[in-house]
Amino acid sequence: MRAFTYTRAADTSAALGAAIQNPEAKFIGGGTNLVDLMREEVERPNEVIDINRLPLSQIEELPDGGLRLGALARNSHTANHLLVRQRYPVLTQAILSAASPQLRNLATNAGNLLQRTRCYYFYDITAPCNKRQPGSGCAAIGGFNRIHAILGTSEQCIATHPSDMAVALAALDATVQVQSANGQHSIPIEAFHRLPGDTPEQDTNLGHDELITAIDLPATPFATSSLYLKVRDRPSFAFALVSVAAVLKVADSQIKNVRLALGGVAHKPWRAHAAEEILTGAQPTAEIFRRAAEAELQAAIGYEHNAFKIELAKRTIVRALTTLTERHLA
Amino acid sequence: MSFSIEQILRGDLPRGGQSPPAAADPGLLPVSLRINGHDYHLQLESRVSLLDALREFIGLTGTKKGCNQGACGACTVLVDGERVNSCLTFAVMHEGQEITTIEGLGQPDNLHPLQAAFIEHDGFQCGYCTPGQICSALAMLKEVAQGDASLATSDLTKAEVDLTDEEIRERMSGNICRCGAYLGIVDSIRDVYEQQKGQ
Ligand SMILES: Cc1cc2nc3c(=O)[nH]c(=O)nc-3n(C[C@H](O)[C@H](O)[C@H](O)COP(=O)(O)OP(=O)(O)OC[C@H]3O[C@@H](n4cnc5c(N)ncnc54)[C@H](O)[C@@H]3O)c2cc1C
Ligand code: SF4
Ligand code: FES
Ligand code: FES
Repeated sequence: MRAFTYTRAADTSAALGAAIQNPEAKFIGGGTNLVDLMREEVERPNEVIDINRLPLSQIEELPDGGLRLGALARNSHTANHLLVRQRYPVLTQAILSAASPQLRNLATNAGNLLQRTRCYYFYDITAPCNKRQPGSGCAAIGGFNRIHAILGTSEQCIATHPSDMAVALAALDATVQVQSANGQHSIPIEAFHRLPGDTPEQDTNLGHDELITAIDLPATPFATSSLYLKVRDRPSFAFALVSVAAVLKVADSQIKNVRLALGGVAHKPWRAHAAEEILTGAQPTAEIFRRAAEAELQAAIGYEHNAFKIELAKRTIVRALTTLTERHLA
Repeated sequence: MSFSIEQILRGDLPRGGQSPPAAADPGLLPVSLRINGHDYHLQLESRVSLLDALREFIGLTGTKKGCNQGACGACTVLVDGERVNSCLTFAVMHEGQEITTIEGLGQPDNLHPLQAAFIEHDGFQCGYCTPGQICSALAMLKEVAQGDASLATSDLTKAEVDLTDEEIRERMSGNICRCGAYLGIVDSIRDVYEQQKGQ
Protein backbone atom coordinates (compact mmCIF):
# COMPACT_ATOMS: atom_id res chain seq x y z
CA MET A 1 0.00 0.00 0.00
CA ARG A 2 1.19 3.52 -0.80
CA ALA A 3 1.86 5.91 2.04
CA PHE A 4 -0.70 8.68 2.48
CA THR A 5 -1.44 11.68 4.63
CA TYR A 6 -4.16 11.08 7.20
CA THR A 7 -6.55 13.96 7.79
CA ARG A 8 -9.20 13.72 10.46
CA ALA A 9 -12.02 16.09 9.55
CA ALA A 10 -13.71 17.74 12.51
CA ASP A 11 -16.76 18.89 10.57
CA THR A 12 -18.33 18.87 7.12
CA SER A 13 -16.66 22.04 5.92
CA ALA A 14 -13.23 20.78 6.95
CA ALA A 15 -13.89 17.53 5.06
CA LEU A 16 -15.04 19.38 1.95
CA GLY A 17 -12.19 21.86 2.20
CA ALA A 18 -9.61 19.09 2.32
CA ALA A 19 -11.19 17.40 -0.71
CA ILE A 20 -11.33 20.64 -2.69
CA GLN A 21 -7.66 21.36 -1.97
CA ASN A 22 -6.46 17.93 -3.01
CA PRO A 23 -7.95 16.21 -6.08
CA GLU A 24 -6.02 13.04 -5.10
CA ALA A 25 -7.64 12.79 -1.65
CA LYS A 26 -10.34 10.26 -0.74
CA PHE A 27 -12.91 10.26 2.03
CA ILE A 28 -12.98 7.18 4.23
CA GLY A 29 -16.10 5.81 5.94
CA GLY A 30 -15.87 2.24 7.22
CA GLY A 31 -12.92 1.61 4.94
CA THR A 32 -14.12 -1.88 4.05
CA ASN A 33 -13.87 -1.16 0.33
CA LEU A 34 -11.30 1.62 0.23
CA VAL A 35 -8.67 -0.10 2.42
CA ASP A 36 -9.01 -3.28 0.37
CA LEU A 37 -8.57 -1.38 -2.91
CA MET A 38 -5.66 0.66 -1.53
CA ARG A 39 -3.91 -2.52 -0.45
CA GLU A 40 -4.26 -3.83 -4.01
CA GLU A 41 -3.13 -0.41 -5.30
CA VAL A 42 -6.27 -0.09 -7.38
CA GLU A 43 -6.94 3.10 -5.42
CA ARG A 44 -3.89 5.24 -4.69
CA PRO A 45 -4.98 8.34 -2.78
CA ASN A 46 -2.10 10.39 -1.38
CA GLU A 47 -4.45 11.66 1.34
CA VAL A 48 -7.27 9.95 3.22
CA ILE A 49 -9.88 12.20 4.84
CA ASP A 50 -11.47 10.47 7.83
CA ILE A 51 -15.09 11.60 8.06
CA ASN A 52 -16.09 9.34 10.92
CA ARG A 53 -16.26 12.18 13.46
CA LEU A 54 -18.84 14.08 11.40
CA PRO A 55 -22.32 14.14 12.97
CA LEU A 56 -23.95 12.17 10.14
CA SER A 57 -24.90 8.93 11.91
CA GLN A 58 -28.52 9.70 12.77
CA ILE A 59 -31.58 7.94 11.45
CA GLU A 60 -34.59 10.23 11.81
CA GLU A 61 -38.15 10.64 10.63
CA LEU A 62 -38.86 13.32 8.04
CA PRO A 63 -41.88 15.62 8.39
CA ASP A 64 -43.61 13.92 5.41
CA GLY A 65 -43.41 10.50 7.08
CA GLY A 66 -40.25 9.43 5.26
CA LEU A 67 -36.96 8.48 6.85
CA ARG A 68 -33.51 10.09 6.66
CA LEU A 69 -30.62 7.66 6.90
CA GLY A 70 -27.38 9.39 7.89
CA ALA A 71 -24.45 8.87 5.54
CA LEU A 72 -22.33 7.56 8.40
CA ALA A 73 -24.97 5.37 10.00
CA ARG A 74 -23.53 1.87 9.87
CA ASN A 75 -25.24 -0.67 7.66
CA SER A 76 -25.96 -2.84 10.74
CA HIS A 77 -27.60 0.05 12.59
CA THR A 78 -29.65 1.03 9.55
CA ALA A 79 -30.93 -2.50 8.91
CA ASN A 80 -31.94 -2.87 12.54
CA HIS A 81 -33.60 0.48 13.10
CA LEU A 82 -37.13 -0.45 14.10
CA LEU A 83 -38.75 1.99 11.66
CA VAL A 84 -36.73 0.54 8.78
CA ARG A 85 -37.66 -2.98 9.82
CA GLN A 86 -41.34 -2.12 10.06
CA ARG A 87 -41.78 0.24 7.11
CA TYR A 88 -39.13 -0.86 4.61
CA PRO A 89 -38.44 -4.57 5.22
CA VAL A 90 -36.92 -4.85 1.73
CA LEU A 91 -34.12 -2.54 2.86
CA THR A 92 -33.46 -4.45 6.07
CA GLN A 93 -33.28 -7.71 4.14
CA ALA A 94 -31.05 -6.28 1.42
CA ILE A 95 -28.55 -4.97 3.97
CA LEU A 96 -28.65 -8.14 6.08
CA SER A 97 -28.02 -10.24 2.97
CA ALA A 98 -24.83 -8.31 2.23
CA ALA A 99 -21.30 -9.04 3.45
CA SER A 100 -21.01 -10.24 7.09
CA PRO A 101 -22.08 -8.85 10.47
CA GLN A 102 -18.52 -7.62 11.15
CA LEU A 103 -18.36 -5.83 7.80
CA ARG A 104 -21.82 -4.32 8.24
CA ASN A 105 -20.71 -2.88 11.59
CA LEU A 106 -17.99 -0.94 9.79
CA ALA A 107 -19.74 -0.22 6.48
CA THR A 108 -21.47 3.14 6.22
CA ASN A 109 -24.53 3.91 4.13
CA ALA A 110 -22.62 6.33 1.89
CA GLY A 111 -19.65 4.01 1.49
CA ASN A 112 -22.01 1.20 0.53
CA LEU A 113 -23.43 3.25 -2.36
CA LEU A 114 -19.92 4.12 -3.52
CA GLN A 115 -18.35 0.67 -3.27
CA ARG A 116 -16.70 -0.33 -6.50
CA THR A 117 -17.24 -3.33 -8.73
CA ARG A 118 -15.97 -6.79 -7.77
CA CYS A 119 -14.88 -7.49 -11.38
CA TYR A 120 -11.75 -9.63 -10.95
CA TYR A 121 -9.85 -7.71 -13.63
CA PHE A 122 -10.61 -4.40 -12.00
CA TYR A 123 -8.88 -5.76 -8.88
CA ASP A 124 -5.91 -7.20 -10.81
CA ILE A 125 -3.63 -4.26 -11.60
CA THR A 126 -1.78 -6.30 -14.23
CA ALA A 127 -4.94 -6.76 -16.35
CA PRO A 128 -6.37 -4.30 -18.88
CA CYS A 129 -9.42 -2.56 -17.46
CA ASN A 130 -11.11 0.56 -18.80
CA LYS A 131 -12.63 1.32 -15.43
CA ARG A 132 -9.30 1.33 -13.62
CA GLN A 133 -7.22 2.65 -16.50
CA PRO A 134 -9.31 4.30 -19.22
CA GLY A 135 -8.35 3.18 -22.71
CA SER A 136 -6.53 0.02 -21.63
CA GLY A 137 -9.29 -2.35 -22.77
CA CYS A 138 -11.66 -4.70 -20.97
CA ALA A 139 -10.27 -8.06 -19.94
CA ALA A 140 -13.70 -9.33 -18.90
CA ILE A 141 -15.39 -9.20 -22.30
CA GLY A 142 -13.19 -11.94 -23.75
CA GLY A 143 -12.23 -13.37 -20.36
CA PHE A 144 -14.05 -15.05 -17.49
CA ASN A 145 -17.26 -13.10 -17.09
CA ARG A 146 -19.56 -15.20 -14.95
CA ILE A 147 -20.34 -12.40 -12.48
CA HIS A 148 -20.75 -9.69 -15.11
CA ALA A 149 -23.64 -7.64 -16.43
CA ILE A 150 -26.35 -8.56 -18.91
CA LEU A 151 -28.20 -5.23 -19.13
CA GLY A 152 -26.95 -1.77 -20.08
CA THR A 153 -23.41 -2.92 -20.88
CA SER A 154 -21.07 -1.17 -23.32
CA GLU A 155 -18.13 -2.26 -25.40
CA GLN A 156 -15.95 -0.54 -22.80
CA CYS A 157 -17.16 -2.31 -19.66
CA ILE A 158 -19.54 -5.06 -18.54
CA ALA A 159 -19.05 -4.72 -14.78
CA THR A 160 -21.88 -4.91 -12.24
CA HIS A 161 -22.48 -2.73 -9.22
CA PRO A 162 -22.20 -5.05 -6.22
CA SER A 163 -24.35 -3.28 -3.62
CA ASP A 164 -27.46 -5.02 -2.32
CA MET A 165 -28.58 -1.99 -0.32
CA ALA A 166 -28.62 0.18 -3.45
CA VAL A 167 -31.01 -2.23 -5.17
CA ALA A 168 -33.53 -1.86 -2.35
CA LEU A 169 -33.04 1.93 -2.43
CA ALA A 170 -33.83 1.91 -6.17
CA ALA A 171 -37.12 0.13 -5.49
CA LEU A 172 -37.90 2.66 -2.75
CA ASP A 173 -37.22 5.79 -4.89
CA ALA A 174 -34.63 7.03 -2.40
CA THR A 175 -32.73 10.29 -2.88
CA VAL A 176 -29.09 10.87 -2.07
CA GLN A 177 -28.40 14.08 -0.14
CA VAL A 178 -25.17 15.75 -1.17
CA GLN A 179 -23.17 18.62 0.31
CA SER A 180 -20.69 20.55 -1.82
CA ALA A 181 -19.00 23.93 -1.50
CA ASN A 182 -21.98 25.34 -3.43
CA GLY A 183 -24.52 24.04 -0.97
CA GLN A 184 -26.82 21.09 -0.49
CA HIS A 185 -28.56 19.23 -3.33
CA SER A 186 -30.16 15.87 -3.82
CA ILE A 187 -29.82 13.21 -6.50
CA PRO A 188 -32.56 10.64 -7.13
CA ILE A 189 -31.09 7.17 -6.66
CA GLU A 190 -31.78 6.26 -10.29
CA ALA A 191 -29.63 9.16 -11.47
CA PHE A 192 -26.90 8.49 -8.94
CA HIS A 193 -25.14 5.49 -10.48
CA ARG A 194 -24.26 5.49 -14.18
CA LEU A 195 -24.20 3.02 -17.02
CA PRO A 196 -20.66 2.41 -18.33
CA GLY A 197 -20.99 3.90 -21.84
CA ASP A 198 -17.69 5.40 -22.92
CA THR A 199 -16.73 6.46 -19.40
CA PRO A 200 -16.74 3.32 -17.25
CA GLU A 201 -14.22 4.98 -14.92
CA GLN A 202 -17.13 7.04 -13.57
CA ASP A 203 -19.36 4.88 -11.41
CA THR A 204 -21.64 7.68 -10.23
CA ASN A 205 -22.59 11.30 -10.82
CA LEU A 206 -21.06 12.39 -7.53
CA GLY A 207 -18.19 14.87 -7.87
CA HIS A 208 -14.82 14.38 -6.17
CA ASP A 209 -15.42 17.26 -3.77
CA GLU A 210 -18.99 16.36 -2.93
CA LEU A 211 -19.91 14.64 0.32
CA ILE A 212 -22.94 12.41 0.82
CA THR A 213 -24.68 13.50 4.02
CA ALA A 214 -27.76 11.26 4.01
CA ILE A 215 -30.08 9.02 2.04
CA ASP A 216 -33.78 9.90 2.19
CA LEU A 217 -36.60 7.38 1.89
CA PRO A 218 -39.95 8.84 0.88
CA ALA A 219 -43.04 7.78 2.81
CA THR A 220 -44.19 4.59 1.07
CA PRO A 221 -46.98 2.93 3.05
CA PHE A 222 -47.23 -0.06 0.71
CA ALA A 223 -43.52 -0.84 1.19
CA THR A 224 -44.50 -2.85 4.28
CA SER A 225 -45.24 -5.53 1.67
CA SER A 226 -41.78 -5.94 0.21
CA LEU A 227 -38.89 -8.36 0.04
CA TYR A 228 -35.34 -8.80 -1.15
CA LEU A 229 -34.53 -12.06 -2.87
CA LYS A 230 -30.84 -12.71 -3.44
CA VAL A 231 -29.52 -15.64 -5.47
CA ARG A 232 -25.86 -16.52 -4.91
CA ASP A 233 -23.36 -19.36 -4.93
CA ARG A 234 -23.70 -20.01 -1.19
CA PRO A 235 -26.57 -18.98 1.06
CA SER A 236 -24.66 -16.48 3.19
CA PHE A 237 -21.70 -14.09 2.89
CA ALA A 238 -21.52 -14.00 -0.92
CA PHE A 239 -22.25 -11.36 -3.52
CA ALA A 240 -25.42 -11.67 -5.60
CA LEU A 241 -25.48 -13.41 -8.94
CA VAL A 242 -28.92 -11.93 -9.37
CA SER A 243 -31.15 -10.20 -6.85
CA VAL A 244 -34.60 -8.66 -6.85
CA ALA A 245 -36.01 -5.96 -4.60
CA ALA A 246 -39.78 -6.09 -4.88
CA VAL A 247 -42.55 -3.96 -3.39
CA LEU A 248 -46.09 -5.07 -4.15
CA LYS A 249 -49.57 -4.03 -3.11
CA VAL A 250 -52.50 -6.17 -4.21
CA ALA A 251 -56.12 -5.24 -3.49
CA ASP A 252 -59.35 -6.60 -5.00
CA SER A 253 -57.29 -9.14 -7.00
CA GLN A 254 -55.49 -6.29 -8.70
CA ILE A 255 -51.92 -5.02 -8.50
CA LYS A 256 -52.27 -1.51 -7.12
CA ASN A 257 -48.60 -0.65 -6.64
CA VAL A 258 -45.47 -2.41 -7.75
CA ARG A 259 -41.77 -1.56 -7.65
CA LEU A 260 -39.06 -3.84 -8.92
CA ALA A 261 -35.29 -3.40 -9.05
CA LEU A 262 -32.63 -5.92 -10.03
CA GLY A 263 -29.11 -6.40 -8.70
CA GLY A 264 -26.16 -8.29 -10.16
CA VAL A 265 -27.28 -7.59 -13.72
CA ALA A 266 -26.00 -4.11 -14.55
CA HIS A 267 -23.49 -1.35 -13.81
CA LYS A 268 -26.15 0.22 -11.58
CA PRO A 269 -29.16 -0.99 -9.62
CA TRP A 270 -31.62 -1.77 -12.41
CA ARG A 271 -35.10 -0.39 -11.90
CA ALA A 272 -37.47 -2.60 -13.89
CA HIS A 273 -39.80 0.02 -15.36
CA ALA A 274 -40.93 -2.13 -18.30
CA ALA A 275 -42.02 -4.91 -15.96
CA GLU A 276 -43.73 -2.48 -13.60
CA GLU A 277 -45.76 -1.03 -16.45
CA ILE A 278 -47.09 -4.44 -17.46
CA LEU A 279 -47.91 -5.38 -13.88
CA THR A 280 -49.64 -2.23 -12.72
CA GLY A 281 -53.41 -2.72 -12.72
CA ALA A 282 -53.16 -6.37 -13.80
CA GLN A 283 -54.34 -9.43 -11.92
CA PRO A 284 -51.43 -11.03 -10.07
CA THR A 285 -51.01 -14.32 -11.94
CA ALA A 286 -47.98 -16.48 -12.74
CA GLU A 287 -48.48 -15.69 -16.44
CA ILE A 288 -48.37 -11.93 -16.03
CA PHE A 289 -45.31 -12.18 -13.73
CA ARG A 290 -43.50 -14.19 -16.39
CA ARG A 291 -44.57 -11.79 -19.14
CA ALA A 292 -43.32 -8.81 -17.15
CA ALA A 293 -40.00 -10.57 -16.51
CA GLU A 294 -39.62 -11.42 -20.22
CA ALA A 295 -40.25 -7.79 -21.16
CA GLU A 296 -37.66 -6.49 -18.71
CA LEU A 297 -34.97 -8.92 -19.87
CA GLN A 298 -35.75 -8.55 -23.57
CA ALA A 299 -32.71 -6.40 -24.23
CA ALA A 300 -30.37 -8.55 -22.14
CA ILE A 301 -27.09 -9.72 -23.69
CA GLY A 302 -25.24 -12.72 -22.29
CA TYR A 303 -21.49 -13.21 -22.55
CA GLU A 304 -19.62 -16.50 -22.52
CA HIS A 305 -20.09 -17.38 -18.85
CA ASN A 306 -22.98 -15.24 -17.63
CA ALA A 307 -25.78 -16.00 -20.09
CA PHE A 308 -27.44 -18.08 -17.35
CA LYS A 309 -28.25 -14.84 -15.56
CA ILE A 310 -30.92 -13.96 -18.13
CA GLU A 311 -33.18 -16.87 -17.24
CA LEU A 312 -32.15 -16.66 -13.59
CA ALA A 313 -33.24 -13.02 -13.42
CA LYS A 314 -36.63 -13.84 -14.92
CA ARG A 315 -37.23 -16.65 -12.46
CA THR A 316 -36.10 -14.55 -9.54
CA ILE A 317 -38.57 -11.82 -10.50
CA VAL A 318 -41.39 -14.36 -10.77
CA ARG A 319 -40.53 -15.92 -7.44
CA ALA A 320 -40.32 -12.58 -5.62
CA LEU A 321 -43.71 -11.49 -6.96
CA THR A 322 -45.28 -14.88 -6.27
CA THR A 323 -44.03 -14.85 -2.68
CA LEU A 324 -45.44 -11.39 -2.02
CA THR A 325 -48.77 -12.25 -3.66
CA GLU A 326 -49.10 -15.38 -1.54
CA ARG A 327 -48.49 -13.29 1.56
CA HIS A 328 -51.34 -11.00 0.53
CA LEU A 329 -53.67 -13.96 0.15
CA ALA A 330 -52.59 -15.58 3.41
CA MET B 1 15.87 -7.15 -3.92
CA SER B 2 16.05 -6.97 -0.14
CA PHE B 3 13.43 -5.70 2.26
CA SER B 4 13.73 -3.98 5.58
CA ILE B 5 12.20 -5.67 8.59
CA GLU B 6 9.79 -2.72 8.86
CA GLN B 7 8.55 -3.38 5.36
CA ILE B 8 7.93 -7.01 6.12
CA LEU B 9 6.15 -6.15 9.35
CA ARG B 10 3.95 -3.68 7.54
CA GLY B 11 3.09 -6.31 4.94
CA ASP B 12 4.28 -3.68 2.52
CA LEU B 13 6.44 -5.59 0.08
CA PRO B 14 6.66 -4.25 -3.47
CA ARG B 15 4.30 -6.21 -5.72
CA GLY B 16 5.64 -7.65 -8.96
CA GLY B 17 7.79 -4.62 -9.70
CA GLN B 18 4.61 -2.69 -10.57
CA SER B 19 4.80 0.14 -8.12
CA PRO B 20 6.76 3.25 -8.83
CA PRO B 21 8.32 4.56 -5.61
CA ALA B 22 5.85 6.14 -3.22
CA ALA B 23 5.61 9.91 -3.16
CA ALA B 24 6.79 11.98 -0.21
CA ASP B 25 6.59 9.76 2.87
CA PRO B 26 4.18 11.34 5.34
CA GLY B 27 6.11 9.63 8.13
CA LEU B 28 5.00 8.44 11.52
CA LEU B 29 2.02 9.64 13.50
CA PRO B 30 1.52 9.46 17.23
CA VAL B 31 -1.40 7.07 17.71
CA SER B 32 -2.96 6.27 21.09
CA LEU B 33 -5.07 3.16 21.34
CA ARG B 34 -6.97 1.76 24.32
CA ILE B 35 -6.86 -2.02 24.14
CA ASN B 36 -8.20 -4.41 26.78
CA GLY B 37 -8.20 -1.55 29.27
CA HIS B 38 -4.58 -0.49 28.66
CA ASP B 39 -3.40 2.62 26.85
CA TYR B 40 -0.77 2.17 24.17
CA HIS B 41 1.08 5.15 22.75
CA LEU B 42 2.52 4.23 19.38
CA GLN B 43 4.28 5.83 16.44
CA LEU B 44 2.63 4.41 13.34
CA GLU B 45 2.35 5.10 9.66
CA SER B 46 -1.18 6.03 8.66
CA ARG B 47 -1.39 2.93 6.46
CA VAL B 48 -0.99 0.47 9.36
CA SER B 49 -4.20 -1.51 9.77
CA LEU B 50 -5.70 -2.06 13.21
CA LEU B 51 -4.80 -5.74 12.77
CA ASP B 52 -1.12 -5.02 12.09
CA ALA B 53 -1.00 -2.53 14.95
CA LEU B 54 -2.24 -5.23 17.33
CA ARG B 55 -0.02 -8.01 16.09
CA GLU B 56 3.17 -6.38 14.87
CA PHE B 57 3.46 -3.22 16.92
CA ILE B 58 1.87 -4.18 20.23
CA GLY B 59 2.54 -7.92 20.21
CA LEU B 60 -1.05 -9.00 20.79
CA THR B 61 -0.87 -11.92 18.39
CA GLY B 62 -4.06 -13.63 19.52
CA THR B 63 -5.93 -11.82 16.74
CA LYS B 64 -5.14 -13.61 13.48
CA LYS B 65 -4.58 -12.57 9.88
CA GLY B 66 -6.28 -14.97 7.50
CA CYS B 67 -7.18 -13.26 4.24
CA ASN B 68 -6.40 -9.59 4.99
CA GLN B 69 -9.41 -8.67 2.82
CA GLY B 70 -12.50 -8.97 4.99
CA ALA B 71 -13.49 -12.42 3.80
CA CYS B 72 -12.58 -14.77 6.68
CA GLY B 73 -13.23 -13.10 10.05
CA ALA B 74 -10.01 -14.37 11.69
CA CYS B 75 -9.13 -10.76 12.53
CA THR B 76 -12.42 -10.01 14.33
CA VAL B 77 -12.05 -7.76 17.37
CA LEU B 78 -14.52 -5.63 19.32
CA VAL B 79 -14.53 -1.86 18.94
CA ASP B 80 -16.78 -0.23 21.53
CA GLY B 81 -18.37 -3.65 21.91
CA GLU B 82 -19.14 -4.14 18.22
CA ARG B 83 -17.44 -6.85 16.18
CA VAL B 84 -15.39 -5.58 13.24
CA ASN B 85 -12.74 -6.88 10.83
CA SER B 86 -9.51 -5.29 12.04
CA CYS B 87 -7.82 -5.92 8.67
CA LEU B 88 -9.99 -3.42 6.77
CA THR B 89 -9.59 -0.40 8.97
CA PHE B 90 -6.64 1.84 9.80
CA ALA B 91 -5.40 1.87 13.40
CA VAL B 92 -5.28 5.67 13.53
CA MET B 93 -9.05 5.81 12.96
CA HIS B 94 -9.68 4.17 16.33
CA GLU B 95 -8.19 6.64 18.75
CA GLY B 96 -10.55 7.22 21.65
CA GLN B 97 -12.38 3.91 21.21
CA GLU B 98 -12.33 0.85 23.45
CA ILE B 99 -10.78 -2.11 21.64
CA THR B 100 -11.14 -5.65 22.97
CA THR B 101 -9.18 -8.61 21.66
CA ILE B 102 -9.20 -12.27 22.63
CA GLU B 103 -6.45 -11.48 25.18
CA GLY B 104 -8.95 -9.24 26.97
CA LEU B 105 -11.63 -11.92 27.38
CA GLY B 106 -10.08 -14.53 29.61
CA GLN B 107 -6.85 -16.08 30.85
CA PRO B 108 -5.75 -19.73 30.87
CA ASP B 109 -6.66 -20.05 34.54
CA ASN B 110 -9.83 -18.00 34.20
CA LEU B 111 -11.48 -18.73 30.88
CA HIS B 112 -14.35 -16.76 29.45
CA PRO B 113 -17.48 -18.98 29.23
CA LEU B 114 -17.18 -18.97 25.43
CA GLN B 115 -13.56 -20.11 25.61
CA ALA B 116 -14.52 -22.90 27.99
CA ALA B 117 -17.43 -23.92 25.76
CA PHE B 118 -15.22 -24.07 22.65
CA ILE B 119 -12.95 -26.51 24.51
CA GLU B 120 -15.85 -28.53 25.84
CA HIS B 121 -17.60 -28.85 22.46
CA ASP B 122 -14.55 -29.21 20.18
CA GLY B 123 -15.26 -25.83 18.61
CA PHE B 124 -11.88 -25.90 16.86
CA GLN B 125 -9.14 -28.08 15.44
CA CYS B 126 -6.09 -26.01 14.48
CA GLY B 127 -7.39 -23.00 16.41
CA TYR B 128 -6.44 -20.37 13.85
CA CYS B 129 -9.95 -19.03 13.37
CA THR B 130 -10.87 -19.41 17.06
CA PRO B 131 -9.99 -15.97 18.49
CA GLY B 132 -12.06 -14.39 15.72
CA GLN B 133 -14.89 -16.88 16.24
CA ILE B 134 -15.01 -16.16 19.98
CA CYS B 135 -14.88 -12.37 19.67
CA SER B 136 -17.54 -12.61 16.98
CA ALA B 137 -19.74 -14.92 19.07
CA LEU B 138 -19.51 -12.62 22.08
CA ALA B 139 -20.79 -9.64 20.09
CA MET B 140 -23.34 -11.83 18.36
CA LEU B 141 -24.90 -12.82 21.68
CA LYS B 142 -25.15 -9.15 22.60
CA GLU B 143 -26.85 -8.43 19.26
CA VAL B 144 -29.33 -11.22 19.94
CA ALA B 145 -30.03 -9.87 23.42
CA GLN B 146 -30.83 -6.44 21.99
CA GLY B 147 -33.17 -7.96 19.40
CA ASP B 148 -31.16 -7.39 16.23
CA ALA B 149 -32.46 -9.27 13.21
CA SER B 150 -30.55 -11.47 10.78
CA LEU B 151 -31.51 -12.72 7.35
CA ALA B 152 -32.78 -15.88 9.07
CA THR B 153 -35.28 -13.85 11.15
CA SER B 154 -38.77 -14.40 9.78
CA ASP B 155 -40.66 -11.60 11.52
CA LEU B 156 -38.76 -8.33 11.27
CA THR B 157 -41.43 -6.32 13.05
CA LYS B 158 -40.68 -8.05 16.37
CA ALA B 159 -37.44 -7.14 18.09
CA GLU B 160 -37.08 -10.59 19.62
CA VAL B 161 -34.88 -13.40 18.41
CA ASP B 162 -35.49 -17.11 18.63
CA LEU B 163 -31.89 -18.28 18.40
CA THR B 164 -32.25 -21.43 16.30
CA ASP B 165 -29.20 -23.21 14.87
CA GLU B 166 -30.09 -21.63 11.52
CA GLU B 167 -29.92 -18.21 13.19
CA ILE B 168 -26.54 -19.01 14.78
CA ARG B 169 -25.14 -20.13 11.43
CA GLU B 170 -26.37 -17.06 9.58
CA ARG B 171 -25.11 -14.73 12.31
CA MET B 172 -21.69 -16.40 12.36
CA SER B 173 -21.23 -16.58 8.57
CA GLY B 174 -18.56 -13.87 8.71
CA ASN B 175 -16.21 -16.33 10.40
CA ILE B 176 -14.84 -19.03 8.16
CA CYS B 177 -13.26 -22.15 9.67
CA ARG B 178 -10.78 -23.87 7.38
CA CYS B 179 -10.96 -27.00 9.56
CA GLY B 180 -14.73 -27.18 9.31
CA ALA B 181 -15.33 -27.18 13.06
CA TYR B 182 -18.73 -25.58 12.49
CA LEU B 183 -20.81 -28.18 14.35
CA GLY B 184 -18.75 -27.66 17.50
CA ILE B 185 -18.83 -23.90 17.07
CA VAL B 186 -22.63 -23.87 16.87
CA ASP B 187 -22.86 -26.18 19.90
CA SER B 188 -20.49 -23.96 21.91
CA ILE B 189 -22.46 -20.83 21.18
CA ARG B 190 -25.82 -22.43 21.88
CA ASP B 191 -24.47 -23.72 25.19
CA VAL B 192 -23.34 -20.27 26.34
CA TYR B 193 -26.58 -18.70 25.10
CA GLU B 194 -28.57 -21.17 27.19
CA GLN B 195 -26.33 -20.61 30.23
CA GLN B 196 -26.93 -16.86 29.92
CA LYS B 197 -30.67 -17.31 29.49
CA GLY B 198 -30.82 -19.53 32.56
CA GLN B 199 -29.28 -16.80 34.70
C1 LIG C 1 -15.57 -9.85 1.89
C2 LIG C 1 -16.62 -8.82 1.53
C3 LIG C 1 -17.87 -9.23 1.14
C4 LIG C 1 -18.84 -8.28 0.81
N1 LIG C 1 -20.08 -8.71 0.41
C5 LIG C 1 -21.02 -7.79 0.05
C6 LIG C 1 -22.32 -8.18 -0.42
O1 LIG C 1 -22.65 -9.37 -0.48
N2 LIG C 1 -23.20 -7.20 -0.78
C7 LIG C 1 -22.87 -5.88 -0.70
O2 LIG C 1 -23.72 -5.05 -1.02
N3 LIG C 1 -21.67 -5.48 -0.28
C8 LIG C 1 -20.74 -6.40 0.08
N4 LIG C 1 -19.51 -5.99 0.49
C9 LIG C 1 -19.15 -4.58 0.35
C10 LIG C 1 -19.47 -3.72 1.54
O3 LIG C 1 -20.88 -3.61 1.66
C11 LIG C 1 -18.84 -2.36 1.27
O4 LIG C 1 -17.43 -2.51 1.32
C12 LIG C 1 -19.26 -1.30 2.26
O5 LIG C 1 -20.65 -1.09 2.21
C13 LIG C 1 -18.53 0.02 1.96
O6 LIG C 1 -18.83 0.96 2.98
P1 LIG C 1 -17.63 1.69 3.78
O7 LIG C 1 -18.23 2.70 4.66
O8 LIG C 1 -16.74 0.68 4.40
O9 LIG C 1 -16.91 2.38 2.54
P2 LIG C 1 -15.42 2.94 2.41
O10 LIG C 1 -14.53 1.82 2.02
O11 LIG C 1 -15.05 3.75 3.58
O12 LIG C 1 -15.63 3.92 1.18
C14 LIG C 1 -16.03 3.49 -0.10
C15 LIG C 1 -16.00 4.69 -1.03
O13 LIG C 1 -16.98 5.65 -0.65
C16 LIG C 1 -16.40 6.93 -0.46
N5 LIG C 1 -17.17 7.56 0.60
C17 LIG C 1 -17.46 7.02 1.83
N6 LIG C 1 -18.30 7.84 2.50
C18 LIG C 1 -18.54 8.91 1.71
C19 LIG C 1 -19.35 10.08 1.85
N7 LIG C 1 -20.08 10.32 2.96
N8 LIG C 1 -19.40 10.96 0.83
C20 LIG C 1 -18.67 10.73 -0.30
N9 LIG C 1 -17.87 9.65 -0.48
C21 LIG C 1 -17.83 8.75 0.50
C22 LIG C 1 -14.95 6.66 -0.16
O14 LIG C 1 -14.14 7.74 -0.57
C23 LIG C 1 -14.67 5.42 -1.01
O15 LIG C 1 -14.36 5.79 -2.32
C24 LIG C 1 -18.53 -6.91 0.86
C25 LIG C 1 -17.27 -6.50 1.27
C26 LIG C 1 -16.30 -7.43 1.60
C27 LIG C 1 -14.96 -6.97 2.02
S1 SF4 D 1 -15.80 -5.26 -17.01
FE1 SF4 D 1 -15.31 -3.11 -16.53
S2 SF4 D 1 -14.27 -3.32 -14.57
FE2 SF4 D 1 -14.16 -5.36 -15.51
S3 SF4 D 1 -12.28 -5.43 -16.77
FE3 SF4 D 1 -13.89 -4.71 -18.10
S4 SF4 D 1 -13.66 -2.49 -17.93
FE4 SF4 D 1 -12.65 -3.31 -16.13
S1 FES E 1 -8.01 -11.30 8.02
FE1 FES E 1 -9.59 -9.85 8.26
S2 FES E 1 -11.30 -10.90 7.48
FE2 FES E 1 -9.68 -12.27 6.97
S1 FES F 1 -10.12 -24.45 13.77
FE1 FES F 1 -8.75 -24.47 12.09
S2 FES F 1 -9.57 -22.82 10.93
FE2 FES F 1 -11.10 -23.10 12.38
